[in-house]
Amino acid sequence: MKILVCISKTPDTTSKIAFKNGNTQFEEAGVQWIINPYDEWYAFVRAIELKEKDPATILHLVTVGTPDADPIIRKALALGGDEAIRINATSDDSYFIAAQIAEVAKSGSYDLILTGKETIDYNASSVGGIIAALLDTPFISLATKLELNGTTATVTREIEGGEEVNEVSLPVVISCQKGVAEQRIPNMRGIMAARTKPLKVVEPAAIDSLTKIVSYELPPAKAGVKLVAADNVGELVRLLHEEARVI
Amino acid sequence: MPVLIFADHADGHFKKSSYEALSYGAKLAEQLGTTSDAVVLGTAKEDLSSLGQYGVRKVYHINNASFDTVDAQLYAAAITEAVQKTGADIIIFSHNQTGRAVASVVAAKLKAGIVTGAVALPNTSNGFVVRKTVFSGKAFANVEITSPIKVVSINPNSFSVQSTGGSAEVSPLEITVGTPKVKITAVNKVSGEVPLTEADIVVSGGRGLKGPENWGMLEDLAHSLHAATACSRPVADSGWRPHHEHVGQTGIQVSPNLYIALGISGAIQHLAGVNRSKVIVVINKDPEAPFFKAADYGIVGDIFEIVPKLTEEIKKLKGE
Ligand SMILES: Cc1cc2nc3c(=O)[nH]c(=O)nc-3n(C[C@H](O)[C@H](O)[C@H](O)COP(=O)(O)OP(=O)(O)OC[C@H]3O[C@@H](n4cnc5c(N)ncnc54)[C@H](O)[C@@H]3O)c2cc1C
Ligand SMILES: Nc1ncnc2c1ncn2[C@@H]1O[C@H](COP(=O)(O)O)[C@@H](O)[C@H]1O
Repeated sequence: MKILVCISKTPDTTSKIAFKNGNTQFEEAGVQWIINPYDEWYAFVRAIELKEKDPATILHLVTVGTPDADPIIRKALALGGDEAIRINATSDDSYFIAAQIAEVAKSGSYDLILTGKETIDYNASSVGGIIAALLDTPFISLATKLELNGTTATVTREIEGGEEVNEVSLPVVISCQKGVAEQRIPNMRGIMAARTKPLKVVEPAAIDSLTKIVSYELPPAKAGVKLVAADNVGELVRLLHEEARVI
Repeated sequence: MPVLIFADHADGHFKKSSYEALSYGAKLAEQLGTTSDAVVLGTAKEDLSSLGQYGVRKVYHINNASFDTVDAQLYAAAITEAVQKTGADIIIFSHNQTGRAVASVVAAKLKAGIVTGAVALPNTSNGFVVRKTVFSGKAFANVEITSPIKVVSINPNSFSVQSTGGSAEVSPLEITVGTPKVKITAVNKVSGEVPLTEADIVVSGGRGLKGPENWGMLEDLAHSLHAATACSRPVADSGWRPHHEHVGQTGIQVSPNLYIALGISGAIQHLAGVNRSKVIVVINKDPEAPFFKAADYGIVGDIFEIVPKLTEEIKKLKGE
């Protein structure tokens, strides 16, 4: 069994979001970087659990990023996994990122490729589907449970208005969300071991980006909360009905 | 070249998100001086010509029961074939669960640039620039699609349904159906409840409710408003409420017209899932709760006293 987990680097969930250079670039000063929570807590932790069940499993991590992604991918290696691959490029374009990962995936012949549901900065929810299309494998989105049984994966996934259980033969690409695994914290031994695990840097394939970010905007500030006295609940209902027109 | 809108349905019935996508695609076509068509997969239980009232000219119907469930690979192959047959160069989806399963696979097959979570019509005055939410609702990005074929999926509840009247020509579309590689062994649809991501109104509870036994008053309020119910993460983690109700950075992202937060402090990770709501009402006994900064209306007070009164007032308003 060979598993590849796609790891992206995102600003910490509490980061202040600001832009520079005429709102064309994200202001990185003072930002703490983390492993995208969907990648870490769900996709990656599930992969570690699967490896614990079947120690013969080979678990690789991949990230598309410049050297500033190294601390993040090293932190991931501290959690588990045998080897990390960093594709030395950066882009906001889902197609570019996915196509780079697909190149690595082709040469690694992985049975299972896991991504997070989405990145918490770009919020595309696209990379997994594109990888699957480029590899011509099935894509299962928004997984909330994942079990392996030989070469079959049993996946529960979120659908419109409910969930559904899928059975699929490997290889497959699965995007993971809450439910797939429980959160866990790396232990010190893992952090020490990570230093000796290989981090391979590969140069990107010649792939065009199909989108580019032109500018950013912050949402207009809220006008401020209108407070209603606790003994005047009827007034809140009136405001919601007559002023906001939402009920 | 025409705009093609994927109009998805649940068990044969169209949903608000489909009407939003149709309205968006039709408006975009108008803006570009072209026409818009819809594609429908699987068995429909409604009159497809009525989709014309949202501005589409033609509805291509791939009427094959293999599409009554969503297999991303088969769906993407079918939609790609429809794109090729109709010559469309812009394809519109809703950014709902089906959209998240299928849109990116279609984009890759067409080598099309994709922007998901669009919140406004593209600016086509110079190129094709789509506004989408980024940083989990904390900002917007204007993203240019530079490829000849373009895929856009729109955020639910971000574009209003525009019904113009009119009727569409319905045309069956024959396509090759691949062999499914995914076997569906069980389907669990939550019945009777309003699905969270589609709800116009969401009533949500936090740790301030103290325990699962107190959710009755929240459900009564939700019921009076035909609202869906949601909760903060610690509430789901403690098993007070099911996990699929957890909203926020690591849970579901919602964008209803009205979000009512009861006993939720408003941590930044919670806000990331709800800050796309049009109107936010916060009821919290702590005047310093951060949620008030993100709210439009608020009451500082005890939810155990206020919520039952609120439900009464709403019933009164609705004449019940
Ligand atoms: C990486 C990361 C991701 C996270 N993702 C999420 C996420 O997706 N979603 C999420 O919700 N959280 C998330 N969290 C947790 C988040 O930081 C907060 O801890 C959580 O949202 C707090 O939940 P709460 O508001 O229900 O509880 P509390 O913070 O305990 O707030 C309870 C509130 O209830 C009020 N209250 C108490 N009693 C009453 C009463 N009788 N009447 C009125 N008000 C009352 C209190 O004043 C208080 O404001 C995440 C955290 C991290 C670190
Ligand atoms: N730069 C990247 N490097 C590696 N994996 C990525 C990268 N960007 C996105 N992914 C993976 O794709 C998933 C979905 O990302 P997105 O489509 O950008 O929302 C993430 O949760 C990651 O698992």
